[in-house]
Amino acid sequence: MRLTLKIWRQEAPGATGRMVGYQVDDADEDMSFLELLDVLNEKLILSGDEPVAFDHDCREGICGSCAMVINGEPHGPQKATTACQLHLRHFRDGETIVVEPWRAAAFPVVKDLVTDRSAFDRVIAAGGYISAPTGAAPDAHATPVPKANADRAFTAAACIGCGACVAACPNGSASLFLGAKITHLGELPQGRPEQDDRVVRMVEQHDAEGFGGCTNTGACTVSCPKEIPLDVISQLNRDYLHATTGSRRSA
Amino acid sequence: MTAYSEFSVGEPIADTAAPDGPIESRWERRRFGVKLVNPANKRKMRIIVVGTGLAGGSAAATLAEAGYQVTSFCYQDSPRRAHSIAAQGGINAAKNYRNDGDSVQRLFYDTVKGGDFRAREANVHRLAEISVQIIDQCVAQGVPFAREYGGLLDNRSFGGVQVSRTFYAKGQTGQQLLLGAYQALERQIDAGRVEMHTRHEMLELVVVDGRARGVVVRDMVTGEIETHLADAVVLASGGYGNVFYLSTNAKGCNVTATWRAHRKGALFANPCFTQIHPTCIPVSGEHQSKLTLMSESLRNDGRIWVPAQAGDTRSPKDIPEDERDYFLERQYPAFGNLVPRDIASRAAKNVCDAGRGVGPSGLGVYLDFSEIIERTGRDAVAARYGNLFDIYERITGEDPYEVPMRIYPAVHYTMGGLWVDYDLQSTIPGLFVVGEANFSDHGANRLGASALMQGLADGYFVLPTTIGDYLATSRLEPVAADAPEVREARAQVTERIERLLAVDGTRTVDSFHRELGHIMWDHCGMERTEEGLRKALDLISELRREFWRSVKVPGSADTLNQSLEKAGRVADFLELGELMCLDALHRTESCGGHFRAESQADGEAERDDEHFSYVAAWEFTGAGEAPVLHKEDLVFDHVTPSQRSYK
Repeated sequence: MRLTLKIWRQEAPGATGRMVGYQVDDADEDMSFLELLDVLNEKLILSGDEPVAFDHDCREGICGSCAMVINGEPHGPQKATTACQLHLRHFRDGETIVVEPWRAAAFPVVKDLVTDRSAFDRVIAAGGYISAPTGAAPDAHATPVPKANADRAFTAAACIGCGACVAACPNGSASLFLGAKITHLGELPQGRPEQDDRVVRMVEQHDAEGFGGCTNTGACTVSCPKEIPLDVISQLNRDYLHATTGSRRSA
Repeated sequence: MTAYSEFSVGEPIADTAAPDGPIESRWERRRFGVKLVNPANKRKMRIIVVGTGLAGGSAAATLAEAGYQVTSFCYQDSPRRAHSIAAQGGINAAKNYRNDGDSVQRLFYDTVKGGDFRAREANVHRLAEISVQIIDQCVAQGVPFAREYGGLLDNRSFGGVQVSRTFYAKGQTGQQLLLGAYQALERQIDAGRVEMHTRHEMLELVVVDGRARGVVVRDMVTGEIETHLADAVVLASGGYGNVFYLSTNAKGCNVTATWRAHRKGALFANPCFTQIHPTCIPVSGEHQSKLTLMSESLRNDGRIWVPAQAGDTRSPKDIPEDERDYFLERQYPAFGNLVPRDIASRAAKNVCDAGRGVGPSGLGVYLDFSEIIERTGRDAVAARYGNLFDIYERITGEDPYEVPMRIYPAVHYTMGGLWVDYDLQSTIPGLFVVGEANFSDHGANRLGASALMQGLADGYFVLPTTIGDYLATSRLEPVAADAPEVREARAQVTERIERLLAVDGTRTVDSFHRELGHIMWDHCGMERTEEGLRKALDLISELRREFWRSVKVPGSADTLNQSLEKAGRVADFLELGELMCLDALHRTESCGGHFRAESQADGEAERDDEHFSYVAAWEFTGAGEAPVLHKEDLVFDHVTPSQRSYK
């Protein structure tokens, strides 16, 4: 296959970036999208240019490292698929493909397609856990968990923290990411004692990082490679309201 | 100059930390025997942890909870992305929740036997004991394990053992366990007890007065070289399967942290013990950058076959039953498609070598679900394996409900690693090694669902206990930031980076890595021979010279430079590969994942307990220089070594 790529090149944080066009003549439909970038980078290195920097690691859709907007969509056109699992058979010979980094105020560009997503770590650090110091645990069967709750917790816990939801959102909100963690921990009896503090602190951190508010466009769940359902955001709102009204602690 | 293969044999080594006496109470006695650190003193002590996977993440969180100051490093942009996240199947624990006869003793026995009697009994027993606490800990953290309608935890059988002791969270068990450890770690970061450095890569160990006292790291964004000093250093940097270039490891997985420690005096044990997993998606072309595992659980219902005749290129549907060879069922009627990983992998290689492999490359065998789909219906199969079928379809573009999957073995896990004693301390005092980075518990072959168990046992429970004994009994003077050892370590790092950039040759780093991978796969892969290994030693040493003559690393040192990162890692792989081949050459027996063609009986691996019942721990003497072999004799008091048979 012959493909034309238009890729965002930016040397450093804060530097002025620009779209640069490249041609790859020997692409193969069995290649993954990242392998296409590998092939391009090998050519760039041999011709004395700097290769395109991009985050990637497991290349099997679970680590959440890879992060790029392909033809206007986070992770590209295939539903429920990370960029590393997207293969070229979904593109046409001769096609021009536009590749950009995540665009969100809370994810500044580090270089080319690499962004700084450490805001996500800080949101988790603000309460996205259950305080269970090592050694303090009762027997695993001490507290049965109804299967329906366990399954919902699992569905929400499948989030890989890639940030596609933020990149897709017109407001740059991380509500889907945040709601997923609130739902995962809140569905489990072990997570209940800290439920109120958790949601208040995590929302405060979310806002402090510069993520926007949610206006229910649903673009996040459409772009999510793990298909985290939109109802985790309703859960987030419900828990937040519960935690900040009435006799409960206020924000 | 002595040839590399002319190694010498040095003093044997002994595990001096392991208590003797009844194996059931060794860990209890060791815990009572350790000296404790006063809580007020813990606050003044700093421990460095390199790596944030299951072992490193759990260790850093637990050490901080205990009151130590912790500095943690990972090369990824977040500690949540370490490659433990990709583990699919599950985690073993001797809970006996199924009442099917499981026990600590049985898990211990299965693990020693599964490792083909090349692991240390005392360590494995401790692992089996701790397994039950791990599940309790993870449930308390909110790990969403699979549950039954009654609300209790579900189990499945795994890896050919006869009990159901595997806890799981769909095909994402590693992800869920890692998120548990990661969240515990973030809690400590928020509390100010862990100083976290993401996008930092350890490039050198600082050893002062014979003790590990710090690391030199590179900030991968700014290129700045930093020194971090501490009272002890923990390496949790994972395995070295990427020496083969293609493996199921993440692209960034590398040997640099452990290899740098090896060069500074830590012995490297059993480097040739690598696990090749039978069910991976085959290579589709030269562009291939990594391999993807299809969970072992698929072998419960899929049947493996190839055409009976070489060169049969018909589509699988057009090949009638009597012209198919279900070779595992034929060769191993008792275990059939469920033989252990090493045996299934070799059998697939043999039929492909005989020209009967399938797919464009001829390196593949069919894993066929048509029979189970016919018997139970498509929906039942989708409920059990739907997620895996989707992954397969996404990568290959083929629908496994309609055509058989094609699979081929791939490098998956490395049992070898830095030598550690019972306390998980390496031969450098103050340097501890946990998880896949050490060699300790899996012998020559790891059982399925045991890697997660070992990583978390080391990080949550073993290390936090044993490292205290070292800190309580060592008099550690502060190290000056400009001490000669620190300056030397920093100079080694900067000189090496300058050297890599200065070559400015004609070949990319990846091209060298690919070539090294081919050499390792061809000669130090599923089947090893003396002739092949000797050839590989020559090829690798030539390739290493070529690398330093003609590698091309663009860009500069003071910016994000992914080519430079890779170049440093490949340079270390080029040294490690040589040691792996030498280890494989010296071990003339077959055992577990190490199959020497010269050592077989009736086509099966033949162990040589009389000569090789030891851990081979290698001492570094210089790049390309003959290393020194130190042996740790393995003593089996509780399990009697037997020849494995699955026929």
